Amino acid sequence: MQSEQPERLFAPSTLIFSAGITLASAAVIFCALLPTGSPLHMGGYMVSLLGKYLCFALLALSIDLIWGYLGILSLGHGAFFGLGGYAMGMYLMREIGSRGMYGNPLLPDFMVFLNWKELPWYWLGSDSFPFICLLILILPGLAAFLFAWPAFRSRVSGVYLSIITQAMTYALMLAFFRNEMGFGGNNGLTDFKSLLGFPLQSEGMGAALFAASALALLLAFLLCRLIVVSRLGRVFIAVRDAESRARFIGYRVEYVKLAAFVFSALLAGVAGALYVPQVGIINPGVFAPLFSVEMVVCVALGGRGRLYGAILGALAVSFAKTWFTTALPDVWLFFLGALFVLVTLFLPGGLAGLPDQIQEAARKKSVPSAAPLSA
Amino acid sequence: MFNCRRAILCICLLIFLPLRAYAAAELTLAPETLESLKSARVTDRNRAIEDLGRILSENASTLLQALRDGALYVDKEDDSLIILEADGQKAADAVSGTALPAPDKSRLRKVGTSNSQREAITGFLSGRLLRHPDADTRLRALENLLERSQTDKNLLLSLLRDEKDPRIRQRLEGSLALLSARDPASSPAELLRAVEILRDEASPKTRQVLEELQKGRDPAVAAAADKALYTLRVTADRVSMLETLFFGLSLGSILVLTSIGLAVTFGVMGVINMAHGELVMLGAYTVWGMQQLLPGRPGLALLLSVPAAFLVSGSTGALLERCVIRHLYGRPLETLLATFGVSLILQQAVRTLISPMNRAVESPEFMSGMLHITGNFSLTCNRIYVICFCLGVFILIYAIMHKTRLGLEVRAVTQNRPIARSLGVNASAVDSMTFALGSGVAGMAGAALSQLTNVGPNLGQGYIVDSFLVVVFGGVGNLWGTLCGGLILGLVNKILEPVSGAMLAKIILLAGVILFMQAKPKGLFPERGRAAEN
Repeated sequence: MQSEQPERLFAPSTLIFSAGITLASAAVIFCALLPTGSPLHMGGYMVSLLGKYLCFALLALSIDLIWGYLGILSLGHGAFFGLGGYAMGMYLMREIGSRGMYGNPLLPDFMVFLNWKELPWYWLGSDSFPFICLLILILPGLAAFLFAWPAFRSRVSGVYLSIITQAMTYALMLAFFRNEMGFGGNNGLTDFKSLLGFPLQSEGMGAALFAASALALLLAFLLCRLIVVSRLGRVFIAVRDAESRARFIGYRVEYVKLAAFVFSALLAGVAGALYVPQVGIINPGVFAPLFSVEMVVCVALGGRGRLYGAILGALAVSFAKTWFTTALPDVWLFFLGALFVLVTLFLPGGLAGLPDQIQEAARKKSVPSAAPLSA
Repeated sequence: MFNCRRAILCICLLIFLPLRAYAAAELTLAPETLESLKSARVTDRNRAIEDLGRILSENASTLLQALRDGALYVDKEDDSLIILEADGQKAADAVSGTALPAPDKSRLRKVGTSNSQREAITGFLSGRLLRHPDADTRLRALENLLERSQTDKNLLLSLLRDEKDPRIRQRLEGSLALLSARDPASSPAELLRAVEILRDEASPKTRQVLEELQKGRDPAVAAAADKALYTLRVTADRVSMLETLFFGLSLGSILVLTSIGLAVTFGVMGVINMAHGELVMLGAYTVWGMQQLLPGRPGLALLLSVPAAFLVSGSTGALLERCVIRHLYGRPLETLLATFGVSLILQQAVRTLISPMNRAVESPEFMSGMLHITGNFSLTCNRIYVICFCLGVFILIYAIMHKTRLGLEVRAVTQNRPIARSLGVNASAVDSMTFALGSGVAGMAGAALSQLTNVGPNLGQGYIVDSFLVVVFGGVGNLWGTLCGGLILGLVNKILEPVSGAMLAKIILLAGVILFMQAKPKGLFPERGRAAEN
């Protein structure tokens, strides 16, 4: 499957894909910035919808890095996405200031509602944007480290790991549902007004956030690509295909896995942080196991172990979801479920692997190695 | 003046009339009462209600009820009282109770009531229940009466005189003791006797009264109250411990029930079936469907549903194995995804075909009710049944796995597939059978769950994470591990709950299992020997 020669960073597929993303994003930003009257103008809703897709694509990319290259199937990546999102949400909540319903300059509305008198300690510093940027990276990274370090060290792997990642995100969901947790409980954080002083509802802001998402996705894609083609990437694949052998050769498999897992969680956290201002809300729903599994299916559909496949898959599934939930809401889960089954049964390489699969089938056909004797 | 005397007479009747005279008390309604009931003046109607409230007859009860519900009318033409059913079709004469043809609405005038009048009527009606021939009804009425603020000592005494039922007697004596303990006029002897009785009654009110007595002036009473309080505290501790144990066991059995099917499919076959929760859900819907087929006989329907649920979920599982899982053996992560898809499809199918709302499943008579062990310790029957059912299912599965040919073949195929096949075991048939068995057990668990939780499309989702944790915690491939794991998790959850609250208990438990898994990745009872190598 993987070529013997070390791959170049800018293989043709990477070049084509990066150029495609750049051009498409530039086109979207251009259309968004056109005056309202022009026929090519793109509304704010559409821009933030596309921006949301890009965030999902970034999340799917982070899953593909560990699933496709290391064989770690995380069913709880929504947790890291959510943690990054909540960090961003905290900042946006503090930005509201006295414009909230209760007009309290210090406390967010839900805390006033709960009769809290002061900010909990973990909200301290949440009004400083640089600090929050740091938190967006630290929070998911730390969570991933704390979760994965003991797990990899005691060699929990395969299905067991998948199930405990799911248990982790489920536990976080239950925790964030609690009002005492200090993150708005069931309703989550919402009603944001501005980011860095610029109103969130303006078209320029929408375009800027979209551009930031596209840039983040492109950078993350190239970064992942850099890792994958490096020597480290070769070790990833060795660990995926023959973990004990890699260990016997002398690699510290758990360090490799830990590094990849934490890096992947960082990407997921950034995706969450970019997602929140564009959607305008973050609630415990992102911790729901279904959300994380949906993302995994995006990767499976797109084709894992190819990076661009995950991005394509996330865009395709998100688009299908938007279309189905407005046009045929009842059919969406049927469609998604059937997608799970059909992709795993018939498209082991996903959409991106389809050309290879067809080639393979054609080759088998043209070389009738075991032709029946009695025709 | 006349009415007043009548009222006194009625009170005397109420107090001194033995219970057996209930039927003989069919008093015909006095004409004045009827007249004042029809009167337009509120005070007249008040008096009529008072009068009616004193009369112990079914007839008067119906009349009062109709009055309260606004179903009593006056016929404007012949000035008779008529009770009209809510649908306006059926009517009856209020005094004699004979059915009448539905009258023309324009002829009728409604007898109105005020809020306070309706309250008074409710009071009278419940007072009447205190002397109802059925003991359970009497007990309920008494509880209602005691819940309201001030109770009349004389009324309780008169009730106690006529009461035969030991439960109600005990309740009455307890309340009387409470009253006399609170009464500042009671003598020390009376107080001591009250303390004696209160010692066996654990309620916040009792405790409060005893605490007051403890600080009282009489040293003998104070000492007795102190001792009683101590006894109460000890019993309360013991009862709450037993209750926690019981609830923990019942939650544990639910966990074991939902995960034992998984222990077969995941633990023995190594198949990750994320649709397991939906197979449980199908079992619960089977009970609902059976109850629709057999309306009015929920008990029979429930008993029939257990095998039916086994068949429904088992055949769904067999189909799933044939169509999907068979093609994915040896690729556990892909199996996980594909079965997750199947679970979404099954959920949505139930939403579309039946309803997205929860369905109401009736509980048959024998499932509801309490088992009273001592005065203040009682167990709910449905939980006892669930514990027994869980043990039964466990024994059944254990026997199948260890005492039958199928079990032998399953274990052979699990341990070494090629050798088993070369010895003539039809491995693919064994796979199908095992998967159907595990799924069928999930269905039976669903049938049991239908009695405990809401039956809706999301029923299975809530259990899937828990079930996997139980199986993994107990040790994959080990039925005893599943049993112990489920019971331990259930008990720990219920022990934590009062300390930390339900949600936090769950979170702590999940975190605890995650940590435990990292210390012992193979669970409580890891497999040993050659089979554990791969």
